[in-house]
Amino acid sequence: MSATYTGPKVCLWTLDHANPASLETYVANGGYSALKKILAERTPAAEIIEQVKISALRGRGGAGFPTGLKWSFMPRGYDGDKYIICNSDEGEPGTFKDRDIIEFNPHQLIEGMVIAGYTLGAKAGYNYIHGEIFELYQAWEKALDDARAAGYLGQNICASGWAFDVHAHQGYGAYVCGEETALLESIEGKKGQPHFKPPFPASFGLYGKPTTINNTETLASIPWIMRHGGQAFLDLGKPNNGGTKIFSISGHVNRPGNYEIPMGTPFADLLEMAGGVRNGHQLKAVIPGGSSAPVLPAEIIMDCTLDFDSIAKAGSMFGSGAVIVMDETTCMVRALERLSYFYYEESCGQCTPCREGTGWMYRVVHRIEHGQGRPEDLDLLLSVGSNIAGRTICALGEAAVGPVQSFIKHFRQEFEYHIANKRCLVGA
Amino acid sequence: MSLSAQSLAQIDKEVAKYPADQKQSAVMAALRIAQVEKGWLAPETIEFVAGYLGMPTIAAYEVATFYNMYELTPCGRHKITVCTNLPCQLQGADTVAEYLKKKLGIAFGETTPDGRFTLKEGECMGTCGSGPLCLHNNHTMHTHLSTETVDKLLDELK
Ligand SMILES: Cc1cc2nc3c(=O)[nH]c(=O)nc-3n(C[C@H](O)[C@H](O)[C@H](O)COP(=O)(O)O)c2cc1C
Ligand code: SF4
Ligand code: FES
Repeated sequence: MSATYTGPKVCLWTLDHANPASLETYVANGGYSALKKILAERTPAAEIIEQVKISALRGRGGAGFPTGLKWSFMPRGYDGDKYIICNSDEGEPGTFKDRDIIEFNPHQLIEGMVIAGYTLGAKAGYNYIHGEIFELYQAWEKALDDARAAGYLGQNICASGWAFDVHAHQGYGAYVCGEETALLESIEGKKGQPHFKPPFPASFGLYGKPTTINNTETLASIPWIMRHGGQAFLDLGKPNNGGTKIFSISGHVNRPGNYEIPMGTPFADLLEMAGGVRNGHQLKAVIPGGSSAPVLPAEIIMDCTLDFDSIAKAGSMFGSGAVIVMDETTCMVRALERLSYFYYEESCGQCTPCREGTGWMYRVVHRIEHGQGRPEDLDLLLSVGSNIAGRTICALGEAAVGPVQSFIKHFRQEFEYHIANKRCLVGA
Repeated sequence: MSLSAQSLAQIDKEVAKYPADQKQSAVMAALRIAQVEKGWLAPETIEFVAGYLGMPTIAAYEVATFYNMYELTPCGRHKITVCTNLPCQLQGADTVAEYLKKKLGIAFGETTPDGRFTLKEGECMGTCGSGPLCLHNNHTMHTHLSTETVDKLLDELK
């Protein structure tokens, strides 16, 4: 029996309709009704936050922080501007879900941002879009124009007298800008360098004003929760892991792509939906949550379900739900070399342990891959790694360490073979 | 030096997105728009953008040098940036990259002598499911690349 999911989808349901991205399709299927109801009834913010809490929606940007709780940190009586930021700077290798929300269901994201703006008393919202997807930046601007023309954005939303607007801000090639404090610097027109927290954005964010930053998929889930209730969202997933979730599956599978399925679905089912490992090859390893998540060997991941708790228990991270699949032809040294180069290239350079450590790790893995490894290199890599973790401003430094430690932990033999024989064990 | 009226109108549209006292927020977009017009960001272009937005030139430089998609030296008419990060690599990006290098006779970071093509190595473009892929002049993505589709693409880019 082949694995399928035919139940409700929170974000990518428009793909079952003609013209999935259009305002007409969205409205014809209940779109913007949650916003209209909230504005007509003047639903108190506390009630909205309560529904989001009940839903057990956890941030889809990687850290899994409960969204309702995050929203409750925004100051209530603050007399001044506040902002909502949508983080569509998706650049973590393996992650390509937010782009599909923008391409195929932009209005649900707009509605989510407007409801967030209403709930948190914000004046405006910005959607920060990854630099390389310029075509979607343009598509998003068009969706905003359509929403404005229909009265869902602007000076008098749904004739309620309440004003709120959303704008697009395009990145231009810097992975670190996905980190929320770097992202805020970038919107302010500066280099995207993270800064220490506190202060947290909820008290000192964009232009020094209280700001809430959420991932695209997080914000796009809000209208569904408000329309169907927090409990219905929770019931789609499993306790503490509400909702359906978009899994981006890439690498050695027959049908790479996005699959929106309930939280808690067995990994084996997702693999099957993606057509299985390509051309009948054997599963070797999986990075389950974007490139920063520790790699898991086949026998461990095949026993996991896809939710924050199960993946954490297995020793990795659920992250952004990006599943990178590798078959038996994959050289783990070469795979790690490419990831290590990425973190080295993308370090913003302001913390010495991250700047030097990522460079060092890349150079050592590079020399192992190129037949110049030394017997002491594996211990050296682990020691460089342990000197980064916990000593940096943002999590990029630590993100660079996870792959190194986990690749060596689970595939040490392959690294040792490379060092001893100056060539690859898998001969790929 | 200045930018065309069309570019300035585009920049003004970006400026209008931000609070009146935060024009600097539009610098990333303004540099992008300037680069589309001029092909790359010469020092006087960056200086002009800074002046137009009323910010220090050095602050605009910091932005231009921080983000990878700005070009600070002259670039071929067609810049091809290939994503070689792990998911794309697993799906065959190395084969596509090697083919491009061989066909154009240049390495990553180089421009063909006739100034037609510049080849770059890119990081994850958030579209991994459709790899191997490349970006043409920063703004147009070509997905599911093979040696055949690369041939076709290069032929179209005069
Ligand atoms: C290096 C780095 C890159 C990140 N990239 C992204 C990203 O592309 N998209 C995203 O939503 N969050 C990203 N994050 C997490 C954000 O800082 C932030 O936690 C998130 O946007 C919060 O939204 P959520 O609570 O809805 O998940 C990144 C974090 C780090 C440290
Ligand atoms: S950890 Fe790395 S990327 Fe993050 S702020 Fe420090 S140097 Fe920059
Ligand atoms: S790895 Fe190439 S687009 Fe993500």
